[in-house]
Amino acid sequence: MFPRPIQTMSPAARVTYQVALPVMLILWLLPLLGVAVTSLRPASDLAQGNYFGVPSRLAFGNYLEIFHNSPFASYMLNSFRVTIPTVIGAVALSCLTGYALAIYKFRGNLIIFFIFVAGNFVPFQILMVPVRDLTVKMGLYDTVTGLALFHVAFQTGFCTLFMRNFIKALPKELIEAARVEGVGEWQIFWHIVMPLVRPAIAALSVLVFTFIWNDYFWATVLTTGSDTQPITAGLQSLNGQWVAAWQLVSAGSILAALPPVAMFFLMQRHFIAGLTLGAVK
Amino acid sequence: MTVSPAYPKVQTAPGQPAPRRRRLGRKLAPWLFLAPGALMFLVYVIIPIVESMWISFYQWDGMSAKVWVGISNYLELLDDDAFYTSLKNNIIWLVLYMLAIPFGLLIALFLNQSVRGIRLYKSLFFFPFVISQVVVGLIFSWFYAPGFGLFFELTKWLDGTGIALLANPNTVTYGIIAAGLWPQIAYCMILYLTGLNSVAPDQIEAARLDGAKGIKMLWYVVLPQLRPATFIALVVTVIGALRSFDLVSIMTSGGPFGSSRVLSYYMYEQALSEYGYRMGYGAAIAVVLFAIMMIFISGFIWKMWRDERGL
Repeated sequence: MFPRPIQTMSPAARVTYQVALPVMLILWLLPLLGVAVTSLRPASDLAQGNYFGVPSRLAFGNYLEIFHNSPFASYMLNSFRVTIPTVIGAVALSCLTGYALAIYKFRGNLIIFFIFVAGNFVPFQILMVPVRDLTVKMGLYDTVTGLALFHVAFQTGFCTLFMRNFIKALPKELIEAARVEGVGEWQIFWHIVMPLVRPAIAALSVLVFTFIWNDYFWATVLTTGSDTQPITAGLQSLNGQWVAAWQLVSAGSILAALPPVAMFFLMQRHFIAGLTLGAVK
Repeated sequence: MTVSPAYPKVQTAPGQPAPRRRRLGRKLAPWLFLAPGALMFLVYVIIPIVESMWISFYQWDGMSAKVWVGISNYLELLDDDAFYTSLKNNIIWLVLYMLAIPFGLLIALFLNQSVRGIRLYKSLFFFPFVISQVVVGLIFSWFYAPGFGLFFELTKWLDGTGIALLANPNTVTYGIIAAGLWPQIAYCMILYLTGLNSVAPDQIEAARLDGAKGIKMLWYVVLPQLRPATFIALVVTVIGALRSFDLVSIMTSGGPFGSSRVLSYYMYEQALSEYGYRMGYGAAIAVVLFAIMMIFISGFIWKMWRDERGL
């Protein structure tokens, strides 16, 4: 293990480490903690310049206020309406493409694979004008469907990379044995491979959920109103309305961050396995 | 094209003809599995890239007919100060974003212990990556806000006047990059933590017996084993730096006086915002950004291709 386990060091070093851990953590999360405290401050505190002191009382009302006086709930709902179908769509499509690229040897296999990988890295702006145009032409501009369709297509790139590598690492003998038995290609995919890729499906689901929930660029390009815009774009426009009402902006920020944070804590192992794919040989 | 020799032939009873349907099925199968995903990707990613390049040769407001203008959009770029500001800022982003890699490694080394509660610490250090860049942008706008922001108050306490980072054209980009580094460091940290987990303990022990320790051990023994993690950290950091859009849009909208624009934001501004709908000009900016990114993407793909061949 590197660095040396702290247990093998002097008692002084051990105590220092135990103290340094929480101190570093608080420093690291200081901006976030500040916002969390601000979200619970009554407006009067901010008006009187009490930005850092103890809040005069805990104003949970800030959280209620953003629901009552703004389309916040609608934005949140839109985020779910975009994110959940995207997760299902992108993961389903990539199970198919990943299987095709991992199991079969055919000409162009590697090239197709690398087109998916490369496409996943391009700047969004090179897609912006044509994708917006296409969405308008399909009559899906400013709809949740139009936004989700694009996300499904784009995320398929990353998901294919992930799935293909995961399926490629499965034991080949299983599939070969099934072929010898005369099992059909679809049956092999559905009954043999699918049950084995469940961990990959879990990892991709949490990752794609987070990516799409946090997407801001496409939300502003493909949607406009509070009936369709997800929370990221909504929060930005609310920020414009709530000038200097930092307690509301803070409460909104905290709420907008909650779903991906909950996802992360619930499925931490899968989340990290997904993000660090390839970080270990 | 023949059925891959890597798989055993379908067994047939002697004297019977090979089951042709199955062989045909196996030849077709990969394409059928590929079709839905590849089609979506083609329509929404590959074709738009080509279309954008095409549109960059037109003058177009998005609705009326396109007018062919040849390379004049690109010629205009050469004379556009805002373009150079954006390009310069992109380079600053790219260079400073690289700090995420050593800082991520540093925090990973700090957290790579097995004491009580360390898993929770690791998760909480990773936190900034999970939240949306919009929220990160708002958090840091508040952090920097003159008059009451924590950062502002801190600098006020130090120098008496306080530094309004985002209001000054000379510092604004650095302020935004610092906000961007926060989640990016967290990402690199988690990559290195995973990498450190699989560093071969026997090599560490052997090196320790040889008297290696500290920086030397890190440089000669540990880092070479962390190479895959470093590669991924490099890829995601380069891409993240060049894709920077959200933070600029949230924190400053490119201001003050357009001094914090980056190419991605300038493109959006030209093509879709109150400044007008100059799709052709916007597409030309996007093509330049794409070209810059392709240099890096090609490098990454080339390396992955080599690894794949080596398997």
